[in-house]
Amino acid sequence: MKKSVFFGALAATTLVSGMALAGTLDDVKARGELLCGSNTGLTGFGNPDASGNWSGFDVDLCRAVAAAVLGDPNKVKFIPTTGETRFTALQSGEVDMLARNSTWTASRDSELALDFVAVNYYDGQGFMVKKDLGVSSAKELDGATVCIQTGTTTELNLADFFKQNNITYQPVTVADDSEAQRQYLAGACDAYTTDASGLAASRATMPDADNHIILPEIISKEPLGPVVRHGDNNWGDVVRWTYYALLIAEEKGITKDNVEEVLASSTDEEVKRLLGASGDMGAKFGLDNAAFKNAIAAVGNYGEIFSRNIGEGTTINLARGLNALWTQGGLQYAPPFR
Amino acid sequence: MSETHAQTVTFVRDTMLPPVAPPVGERGAVKWLRENLFSTPLNIALTVLGVVAIWWLVSSSLPWWLNSVWNASSLGECRQIVAANAGEGATGACWAMIRERWHQFLFGFYPPSQWWRPILAFGLLFGALAPVLFAGQKRSLTVLLGAVLVFLLITLYLAGAPGVPFALAIALVLGMLALAQMQPGRLLWFTLIYPALCFWLLWGGSVWSPIVAMAGFGVLYAVFRLASPMIGLAPAAGVGIVVAVLWWLYAEGPVVSVVQGVLPFALQSINSDQFGGFLLAIVIGVTGIAFSLPIGILLALGRQSDMLIVKTLSVGFIEFIRGVPLITLLFTASLLLQYFLPPGTNFDIILRVIILVTFFAAAYLAEVIRGGLAALPRGQYEAADALGLDYWRAQRLIILPQALKVSIPAIVSTFIGLFKDTTLVAFVGLMDPLKGVTQIVRADINWKGIYWEPYIFVGVIFFVICFGMSRYSMYLERKLKTDHR
Amino acid sequence: MAMATDVPKDGFRLSMLIYDTRYRSYTIQLVVLVLFALAVAWLLNNTVQNLAARGKEFNYAFLWQRAGYDIGQQLIPYTNDSTHFRALLVGLINTLVVAFLGCIFATILGVVVGVLRLSNNWLVSRLMTIYVETFRNVPLLLWILLSYVILSEVTPLPRDFRVTDEMEAAGEAPNASMILFDTVAVTNRGTNIPSPLFERGLGTLDLGFMTLNLTFWAVVAVIAGSVFVNRRILASARAAQAATGLRPVTWWKSILVLFAPVIALLVAMGFHLEIPELKGFNFAGGILVAHSFTALLIALTLYTAAFIAEIVRAGIQAISRGQSEAAFALGLRPNRTMSLIILPQALRVIIPPLISQYLNLTKNTSLGIAVSYLDLRGTLGGITLNQTGRELECMLLMMLIYLTISLSISTVMNLYNKSVQLKAR
Repeated sequence: MKKSVFFGALAATTLVSGMALAGTLDDVKARGELLCGSNTGLTGFGNPDASGNWSGFDVDLCRAVAAAVLGDPNKVKFIPTTGETRFTALQSGEVDMLARNSTWTASRDSELALDFVAVNYYDGQGFMVKKDLGVSSAKELDGATVCIQTGTTTELNLADFFKQNNITYQPVTVADDSEAQRQYLAGACDAYTTDASGLAASRATMPDADNHIILPEIISKEPLGPVVRHGDNNWGDVVRWTYYALLIAEEKGITKDNVEEVLASSTDEEVKRLLGASGDMGAKFGLDNAAFKNAIAAVGNYGEIFSRNIGEGTTINLARGLNALWTQGGLQYAPPFR
Repeated sequence: MSETHAQTVTFVRDTMLPPVAPPVGERGAVKWLRENLFSTPLNIALTVLGVVAIWWLVSSSLPWWLNSVWNASSLGECRQIVAANAGEGATGACWAMIRERWHQFLFGFYPPSQWWRPILAFGLLFGALAPVLFAGQKRSLTVLLGAVLVFLLITLYLAGAPGVPFALAIALVLGMLALAQMQPGRLLWFTLIYPALCFWLLWGGSVWSPIVAMAGFGVLYAVFRLASPMIGLAPAAGVGIVVAVLWWLYAEGPVVSVVQGVLPFALQSINSDQFGGFLLAIVIGVTGIAFSLPIGILLALGRQSDMLIVKTLSVGFIEFIRGVPLITLLFTASLLLQYFLPPGTNFDIILRVIILVTFFAAAYLAEVIRGGLAALPRGQYEAADALGLDYWRAQRLIILPQALKVSIPAIVSTFIGLFKDTTLVAFVGLMDPLKGVTQIVRADINWKGIYWEPYIFVGVIFFVICFGMSRYSMYLERKLKTDHR
Repeated sequence: MAMATDVPKDGFRLSMLIYDTRYRSYTIQLVVLVLFALAVAWLLNNTVQNLAARGKEFNYAFLWQRAGYDIGQQLIPYTNDSTHFRALLVGLINTLVVAFLGCIFATILGVVVGVLRLSNNWLVSRLMTIYVETFRNVPLLLWILLSYVILSEVTPLPRDFRVTDEMEAAGEAPNASMILFDTVAVTNRGTNIPSPLFERGLGTLDLGFMTLNLTFWAVVAVIAGSVFVNRRILASARAAQAATGLRPVTWWKSILVLFAPVIALLVAMGFHLEIPELKGFNFAGGILVAHSFTALLIALTLYTAAFIAEIVRAGIQAISRGQSEAAFALGLRPNRTMSLIILPQALRVIIPPLISQYLNLTKNTSLGIAVSYLDLRGTLGGITLNQTGRELECMLLMMLIYLTISLSISTVMNLYNKSVQLKAR
């Protein structure tokens, strides 16, 4: 008797999501909801608050895509994925896109049938050590015990770095960030290595932040960005250009607050195309013409997202660095919107 | 008599001396201490060790407990308050986090306005279990249902349940109480409809979908009754199952939408991704056990069968599931199931996890029930055969009722194990209370770096639930033992 | 009467497949078999289609690619240049070691606690009850995390062992010091124990697919030989006792046979200990037993021992009181009663549930990743799976390995169970 519910639910869910491979854009529109693969919780980049609302740097990108495709930044469901389940979740259609600090590498692009559509955060792997250890360079860490998070590219980078510099280390492979931080604070490892942004977030919340330093060496390139399924180019374009729209908005000084104003008054042709005041660029993506305007209105431009979630002024206090616009000496560069 | 004594034997005492109190070493606390703590050198050593262990535990953690902070908005603030109260360098618990986030540990992201639904489902769960646990015992039934009533009255009020469902729920429990007084046997009907009710309460949506789904069983039964005189029992059962499956697959959707159009009556629909914390653990644990019971029975019977192929398959299934860690099965649910199902199929991760957990529990239950079957005296089987009962009748009327009754304590133990194991779903990204919710709480910039408090909070709740259940199973074991010897 | 029991002689009708009990079981089995085959075919077909749709193919070639990551605890040589297969082996050995030691310790502790729970020392029996109930009713994951945290928070940092020049001048002692005659250092990363070194070792033998450490195997062979000879001595002593009623004195022979050859071999090979020394960030030299291993072992032991204690208690209580009364009547002391009369009988009740506890412990080692212990799940099912993206292959292989381990344990234990069970007449 108890099986009825089960079969009912089985049948219903199978029918509802049975067409996941048709074309993601159409699926999302039909569903009325964007399924966004997120972290299981990473400070500043994506975590739910006490009332269950997700916020963070990566989360805002999903909200922007939802606003562009569906016109509402809240029509997005965040599905927490772990390091092991994330790519499978994407491949199987469980999520429409991943926005959870995943590093763009050649093998992931080729072997795993994924497409990294953009780089929304240029990161690099760094080391944090306690000041009283008396270490000023990662190359002095010979023989040290190093905490690494598993399930990422960091463990490979770490092995390569120590091998290249011909020094040894004792790895402690930790399951998640909070555990790594605890071990590091307890002194169970001499150094903690992960993406520099994660180190900064950890350091910011330590009771004695001044006693910890992040070493100058950045031992890897960690371009983090949104990922979509390989082969669905249309959907990849939508995600990519939603992201670029946010970048162009920053470049052109369009913000969350003044977007309507700019729309009404701007004479810049690119801005008008971007906001849907002229041309039919939105429609060419299979979206509403005001799609990118909606995205900007929902979450603000790239700079706003950055400073709201992780930038200077927040507890995490990250400098723009590589993630400044190309006009300000950074790497964030959007192709022209025409 | 005493007079004669007095005359003849003068030295016989005729009044007794008042009894002297036993020596200090043989009475009161000292005697108790001597007998219970210091009876032999080994015992003395053990006692000293025990006292030292307790002392070490208390002295090392007491300041931390005493310096607890309940009111703060972040870990940093907690640390400041502790430093201000107890001086620099002191440590203290920061329960303010629990104060702010307790609901995520209990309900996950379930919307606060709807908390009454899981609470009601939880309360009614005991109402549904009551007739199974205390079959026919009016007093125990009344006590349990009364407890459910009080629990629901308090918690539903606290959760701010809207008036109508509140009143309906209380009326339902009162009705069950009344029924328990008159016809306790009828309460089993509630147990039968409970799964559908629970599903509807938790996930919401149209009330008609669980009803129509349940109707599938009505269809099954009707087809079976109609067809069995014509084509015999076994084929009729087969046809019934096929028709019922067709009903669930094809008729259910349209029927629900039609009826819902005519009589719209629905609860706010809640997606499974809102489930988390203990709500998720209980949902996975309870559904896992409930679904696995029939499968477990079939597997246990299959394992005892003398049909070689059936037996081999049952043994293979049981040994396979019992031989691999649950965590690999969970990874199968999250990573591999999509390889095994038709391309494009993709359903809820919680449902997938429940399916695999059900398989897992079924293998363990099969072994438990096999134990129960083995405990039955051979004579019961022979008696059933002598009465001319066929296999299924013998199982249904003679064997299983006794075997299941004997295995209830072990089933409860299996459930406790399964319930604790639900914490492993965190490894596939679900919000279990121990790691999943703790991780999202720690990802909040305000609570980053908090370590012991969530673990202690969750550990205590797990302990209370599991300890309660294990006490119950011990009580049951004692009760069942007496009428078996 | 004879007519009634005769099998009806009419020919075979199709309906007999369902109604005749002689044929029905074949029908049912055939149907089940066909359904099973269909289900398997369906699953395989789906898998093939899905693999094709994702452009993946099912093969294990990735096991022979370079792994590229490092593993903290390795009992066989492994570097990040080794293959994924080698990483798998390292993980597998880590799993087996912790499972094996865990089973042994859990059994010892479980038996002790189970007996102590029935002790007449009020405090001890209460403490044991509290221990059993707390461990049984809280998820294992929590215990693993807790034991790791306690180990790494309570023990001193490696640099606490350092004696600086100023401290030497002031005559201060360092914050922490090594134990057991300065040979073992317990830091918050792990326990550094001395490692055996040989001045004249026998070297290694390269077999192509693996290398044999001849020194190690020589020691193993000598010990095995000694044990064998010792058993022969004891057997002949028993025979002499049976024949003459007098047992020859054997203890000095046993000691000589057991220890002299090993000691001689060790001296011949120039055995000495390499004592760990503080160098840089960590102790160097000796063997590092990481806390991740110790913590996992402790948590698994304590958790499983709580269950075993209950099993032991139930087993002891299942023995009728008459047995212990008889033993007391014979003048046996309580300890002897327990070890000679009660436990051997209780063993029959204890062993079957004990087997499933061993299986549970083995399977629970897969939680080691929570405390950074890279076992099979951490290497093959964790990092390798992640780096190669071969979830289907990795998971199937991992299940197969765990299944093999479980089945081997239950086979061995069932054999043992058969040997201790009461022989029915």
